[in-house]
Amino acid sequence: MPAILELSGLTRRYAGLVAVDSVDLAVTPGTIHAIIGPNGAGKTTLFNLISGITPPSEGQIRLLGHTVTDEPAYRRAALGMGRTFQNIRIFAAMTVLENVLTGLAPRFPGGLAAVIALLPSLRRAERSAVARARDVLDRVGLLSKADTPAASLPYGDQRRLEIARALASAPRLILLDEPAAGMNPAETAALALLVRKIRDAGTTVLLVEHDMSFVMNLSDHITVLNFGRRIHDGPPGDVKRDPRVIEAYLGPKVAARLAAQRQTTPGP
Amino acid sequence: MPPWLDDLFWTYQNLVYALGINGLLALSIYVVLAVGQLSLGQAAFMGLGAYSSAIMTLKFKLPFLLVLPASCIVPVVFALLIGGPTLRLSGVYLAIATIGLGEVLRAVYLNIEWLGGALGLSGIPERAGIVSIYGLLILALLVLWIVGRSHIGRAMEAMRTDETAAEVMGINVARYRLGALLASAILAGFAGALSAHVSSFISPNEYAFEPAVTILSFALLGGIGTPIAPVLGAFILTLLPELLRGLADFRLVFNGVIIVIAVLFLPNGILPFRLRRHGR
Amino acid sequence: MLAQQLTNGLVLGATYALFALGFTLMFGVIRVINLVYGFYFTAGAFIVLFLTRTLGWPIAAALPAAALLSGCIAIVIDALLLTRLRRVGAPELSSLMVTLGAVLALYATATAVLGPDIKRFPASVIGAEAMEFASIRITQAQVLILLATAVLVGGLLALMQGTRLGLALRAMAENPDAAGLMGIDTGRLAALVSFISGALAGAGGVLIGLNFNAIQPYMGEAMMLRGFVVIIVGGLGDIRGALIAGLLLGVVEVLTAGYVASGLKEAVAFAILVAVLWFRPAGLFGRAVARRA
Repeated sequence: MPAILELSGLTRRYAGLVAVDSVDLAVTPGTIHAIIGPNGAGKTTLFNLISGITPPSEGQIRLLGHTVTDEPAYRRAALGMGRTFQNIRIFAAMTVLENVLTGLAPRFPGGLAAVIALLPSLRRAERSAVARARDVLDRVGLLSKADTPAASLPYGDQRRLEIARALASAPRLILLDEPAAGMNPAETAALALLVRKIRDAGTTVLLVEHDMSFVMNLSDHITVLNFGRRIHDGPPGDVKRDPRVIEAYLGPKVAARLAAQRQTTPGP
Repeated sequence: MPPWLDDLFWTYQNLVYALGINGLLALSIYVVLAVGQLSLGQAAFMGLGAYSSAIMTLKFKLPFLLVLPASCIVPVVFALLIGGPTLRLSGVYLAIATIGLGEVLRAVYLNIEWLGGALGLSGIPERAGIVSIYGLLILALLVLWIVGRSHIGRAMEAMRTDETAAEVMGINVARYRLGALLASAILAGFAGALSAHVSSFISPNEYAFEPAVTILSFALLGGIGTPIAPVLGAFILTLLPELLRGLADFRLVFNGVIIVIAVLFLPNGILPFRLRRHGR
Repeated sequence: MLAQQLTNGLVLGATYALFALGFTLMFGVIRVINLVYGFYFTAGAFIVLFLTRTLGWPIAAALPAAALLSGCIAIVIDALLLTRLRRVGAPELSSLMVTLGAVLALYATATAVLGPDIKRFPASVIGAEAMEFASIRITQAQVLILLATAVLVGGLLALMQGTRLGLALRAMAENPDAAGLMGIDTGRLAALVSFISGALAGAGGVLIGLNFNAIQPYMGEAMMLRGFVVIIVGGLGDIRGALIAGLLLGVVEVLTAGYVASGLKEAVAFAILVAVLWFRPAGLFGRAVARRA
């Protein structure tokens, strides 16, 4: 199956710093694909490059077979990509329902003239958008709070709302930036369930996460970044055994000691 | 009209006109603020509308029915010239370029004889009135209300809250910004044409820095949650110096202080309500 | 004739550069377009007017005093208006609006208190006689402007490039959050930047007041357009860019006034601004990064 998202040689330089260094990546449709790495590995920069917030210095991005490297973020969204942010960025003054409705912006036909003319087709579009938004809210378990102001939701619900907003337009690919950050174990477990549901409903998931056990249990495929470079790519089982990954996370000294230990006491 | 109302109207005619025109100007800055941008070109756009319409009336003898709609053309051209490059950049560029525009146009009016030079243009026939001013104000309010309640209004509020998140939701932020700036130029152009055709006289100094800041104070006092709010702000700031004579001398100080207080302590204005948008 | 025009243009340009220097520093380091900046310029000129005319100070003492005082005014304004917005992380347009309201109130108050008419320095402040080099006339005030610009630009560049303080300022310009984490007291640095730029503006107001011998409350407002042109053409936050763009603008204005029409000076300056925005939004020299929305 062709990859839903394909990065080749993707690079982003800042003054005196290479945040993302010629990264190649292919995301298989229908999978949960995780990107992990120590702090400052370039994970969020990579997400910003993929979603079109930051322009790349070099390299190419292909989404659903289209080259989108120079396309603005809104057009990538319209092609079928949604995302959430590490620091929650909901529209605080709006209600929960309105937040999800903004995610449906590209679905409305006609422009200003159609609005001013009070076209009936627009009324129908609005009605079907509301139905769709309520459906999405139901899926993430927020339907009962549809009319409350988004700012008054508890933290975990705000994260769910952000996911619902990104899901509204039925994207083919959704990017989740540290979805479990700040959640307690119960919330994290519920989130894992939700992410699986999203995948099973046909949306490919690409996520960045710090919580290792969350990633290991959930992902179909894991890519490890360190200092902007891809140092590992494969199924979750292989990651823990890759010496480069251990070194990246624990530092060279500890990694060497672990390797020495492993030689003297053979594993189970 | 009963005679007492007639008297009242004639006494306060200029004030009644000023209220309506300032209401239009408040809507003109509102549409830009509503998408999270700051334009300080409202007075400049108004001046372009005033000068171009006065020229059409005085030098080309065109009928007002043609002059009024045409008065938005020159402001729109200037809005495109400035908005084209700046709206792709961070918001400070539009603000800077539009403040500059007002200063430059003042110098241009002052130095071009055909535009009346320092004396300005006088003898403009009084062709606007209650009907044209308040008709346009109500029409503008209505349109902005309908747009504000639609998905476009939702997109505008989204980009005002968080541009990046809005763009990632599939909203073409750059197009909305340009649309808002053009709408703003059109409204200010109309306000300029109307004011030129009720006051019979226009001069270069009416459209520079101070009026630009005053127009901003309308919207910041009223708030930008609904289109009614900035119009209310304009009404208050136009009426107050009339009611409190002592205030009139310090009108500019007062308007400046209103902006400071509003930004620091009243970020949603005195009418902090927002339009609710549901598909019911 | 042309040589004389170029000299006048360079002097005028030096005043523009001087004016824009603190403005661009403020934007570069604390990310604020502070429109009260024009008022510091007015304040500097009026302080020197008071010191020389009423107290009879010599200009050599009055100029540094005025710079010092307008720097202090800048710290107070910054503390009153901007600290609070910085703390809550308000959008950069909020700080632009708040300074816009404040500067209108300040100009209007100054006009009410000091009167709208143009005032002049006493004749004793600076000699009116001009020197002549190879048929180019240059007044003492003009020499003072060139010298002061050279000293202040040089000093500022040395501060930014060669000192620990400059390093901290550049770190803060690059990334305020990271600078805060590195143990740099960003609040104190912001106050310091306000002081430096307020002092630069105050000194600029004095020198330009001397050059034209005309002081008036709104004189800072009239300079703002040039300030905008210089910081955008030079690149927001770029000190060397501001110097070059300022000199360039001065020469262009003098040549426009001399060979085209004096009423078109402002229009030409603005046309340059718009052209740069269309074609080189990062500034003519492209060092500063135009921050995308």
